[in-house]
Amino acid sequence: MQAANLMLLVIAFIVVAYGLGYARSRSLAMPLGGIRHLKSLPFYYGARAALWCGIPALVVLGLWAAFQGKVIQTLVVGSLPPEMIPASPGEASLLLSKISNVASGALPSNFVEAPIAEAADRLQALREQSRLYMSILVVAVAVLAGFLGWIRIRPRLNARSQVETTLKWIFFSCAALAILTTLGIIFSVAFETVRFFHKISFLEFFFGTQWSPQTALRADQVAAEGAFGMVPLFTGTLLISAIAMLVAVPVGLLSAIYLSEYANKKVRGIVKPLLEMLAGIPTVVYGFFAALTVAPFISNLADSIGIDASSQSALAAGGVMGIMIIPFVSSLSDDVINAVPQTLRDGSLALGATQSETMKKVIFPAALPGIMGGVLLACSRAIGETMIVVMAAGLAANLTANPLDSVTTVTVQIVTLLTGDQEFDSAKTLAAFALGAMLFLATLVLNIVALKIVRKYREQYD
Amino acid sequence: MTDQNSQAELVRQSLKRRYRKERRFRAYGIAAIAVALAALVILFTDIIGKGHTAFIKTTITMDVAIDGEMMYLDDPTDERQMKMADFVEPLIQALIREIPGADQNDKAAVRDLINPYASNQLRDALKENPDLLGTTQTMTFLSHTNVDVYVKHANDPNYSIKLTEEERAWVDTLVEKGVVETSFNDVFFSRGDSRDPSRAGILGAIVGSLLTMVVTLALSFPIGVAAAIYLEEFAPQNRLTDFIEVNINNLAAVPSIIFGLLGLAVFINLFGMPRSVPVVGGLVLTLMTLPTIIISSRAAIKSVPPSIREAAEGIGASKMQVVLHHVLPLAMPGMLTGSIIGMAQALGETAPLLLIGMVAFIVDVPGGFFDSATVLPVQVFLWAGSPELAFIERASAAIMVLLTFLISMNALAIVLRKRLERRW
Repeated sequence: MQAANLMLLVIAFIVVAYGLGYARSRSLAMPLGGIRHLKSLPFYYGARAALWCGIPALVVLGLWAAFQGKVIQTLVVGSLPPEMIPASPGEASLLLSKISNVASGALPSNFVEAPIAEAADRLQALREQSRLYMSILVVAVAVLAGFLGWIRIRPRLNARSQVETTLKWIFFSCAALAILTTLGIIFSVAFETVRFFHKISFLEFFFGTQWSPQTALRADQVAAEGAFGMVPLFTGTLLISAIAMLVAVPVGLLSAIYLSEYANKKVRGIVKPLLEMLAGIPTVVYGFFAALTVAPFISNLADSIGIDASSQSALAAGGVMGIMIIPFVSSLSDDVINAVPQTLRDGSLALGATQSETMKKVIFPAALPGIMGGVLLACSRAIGETMIVVMAAGLAANLTANPLDSVTTVTVQIVTLLTGDQEFDSAKTLAAFALGAMLFLATLVLNIVALKIVRKYREQYD
Repeated sequence: MTDQNSQAELVRQSLKRRYRKERRFRAYGIAAIAVALAALVILFTDIIGKGHTAFIKTTITMDVAIDGEMMYLDDPTDERQMKMADFVEPLIQALIREIPGADQNDKAAVRDLINPYASNQLRDALKENPDLLGTTQTMTFLSHTNVDVYVKHANDPNYSIKLTEEERAWVDTLVEKGVVETSFNDVFFSRGDSRDPSRAGILGAIVGSLLTMVVTLALSFPIGVAAAIYLEEFAPQNRLTDFIEVNINNLAAVPSIIFGLLGLAVFINLFGMPRSVPVVGGLVLTLMTLPTIIISSRAAIKSVPPSIREAAEGIGASKMQVVLHHVLPLAMPGMLTGSIIGMAQALGETAPLLLIGMVAFIVDVPGGFFDSATVLPVQVFLWAGSPELAFIERASAAIMVLLTFLISMNALAIVLRKRLERRW
């Protein structure tokens, strides 16, 4: 049975267990003289039976579904004749995809070597077996645990407190998923990054000025390993982010100031949602706009005044990214400006300062730390932004500060290295994870610092 | 006395300058807002301008003589014959009859006007109804993409028209005769991707998005709400709780592509799940949207006044009963609003899905959670990368559809908030 169908079946079991538990508690209570002789309401006896039935079954189902793929793959590869067992993980993944293509019928079995066709049959058989065993096991666990939960219902049993404690633990594990996700991110990039640094030295990665990860196909080819110096990626990312911030910070900040200090309620009610709309537009739309409208426009404009501009200029990607970040900056600054106590404002106005003087000399300095925090958060967004640069920035790693040139960024390289065919141990693929680790660290530091500043600032005026 | 007077005089003199500065500052603010709104307007007009023509298709309606001799076919129920038969010839002949001045020497040129897949349509019609053989039927076919482009964009210098002068003249007369017509492009909404722009549609991507969103919603809403309840109502004040909170706040700001790396390394490489399927996409997007949902759900729980809790506790409810019977129902509108906004974010997300392989070229509309699929934003990305302007046109149209979904989701969130939110 498919995992999804099995899940529905387990849910049906849970409902049945609830009904049975409920009925049993009532029938136990009847001879005693009604449900007031039960320790808890019948609902809790039912819920307890349902939890007993559901939790173990769902855990088994989840674990099985998560690990069956890997176990089956290992078994299939292990059953191959010794001369065909792949030497490297890269070959293994290639071989496995071939086998699963044969098994799914996408590749006719008479097109491949006999052992592979056999392995495909075996894969198919194992999959069916796994499905069967999983169904049997899950149903058995559900029935057995449900029965245990049901049989142990006694009038003196404090079902409510048990159910509530279990629920609390379930809620806790949902919250703890955040830790698990962070750990998952750290481990998934850390392992591959360590492997990457076995192949490429730290020095080359951090200080090399050449980035061309096209690993050679043959081992004896000249420059068998590509060049992995991340300096050009780093400067490219900084250049595009800087352009984005140059657009976003003034526009976002000034519009926030106008909206919070000058605009009347009606204007604010119209303009604010429109600005927020900019934040709701998917990044792929901005990428489309940057690549197909802004970039050609800029390169034509530059041509017409006699400057040479790339058709994938950093200016186009950065400028559009800036537009995307405007609402981010403006809503964060808006919060911060509104958090400045009214007394400061009134004091300044009472001394005869104009509104703009109050803003520039009193409120802005008071709000500055908070605004800086917001700008840092916006920065981390710009660095991690992917789709705009994938579509509008180039692939060539140029070490340049000219905004009309084409540069590439860390995120562009991650996407380029990981989409399409990949082998799992080549320096090329591992490099993507190393870049991911750098990106994660950079944004993490920015976020932590920014959140600290913002929080500290809030406390100051609370 | 004179000193004070001169002081006041000084101030008065500077007033003009200060007021000018004030006006200038105000103008800066207005200019900034104007820039932002102009960007929004330009973006929308650009996309609508590029994409609105994709909602129009060009068809050819003609009387096709389904002549068995011409097609080398005498029995449409015979599969072997059906495979060998020539279904293009009747179409070419029918079109030649419609074009004044065209003869048998123009067959190749006439063929260029008909969609390469039109013959399949004739074959399917015959397969369904073998009696059509030998009759003459009025049938409507899609035109070739080049004709479509010519009919819609003849005066647009950006489009290169790939028809010869002669073919253009033919198409002009056919349009006059009403043989070549334009109508609402239902193909765009009823098909998956295709290499042929005029047959490419977004149904596959919409269904893929829908399946992915179902997985995301089914996982992220209950988990997010449960986590928010724990953190707001049950969590003790200790290091672990602090650590969880720090993690959630950081995850909310981690770039989405990092979640793609996580999905690739954990779900695909470690667990051996298949690539490009909605389940894995949904899992990755769940992890990505969870922080948003948790944060907004916590805000919703916080806004429930303590008096409600105290009243419930006062009449003997346990902590869990207070939460499940009173706090949760009252916080639900806020939680729903937050989740809809989180879902809208997830629907527009592209980068992590690229890494888990949802960028493949997929023609079929996915039928389940484990079928290879793509999603709307990725479809936009794929078409936007094409050198053919006809695909760019469709990418813009797909963006319009995507934005329609997003705007209606956000509008729904606003309506929900207005309708259900209670101020205490």
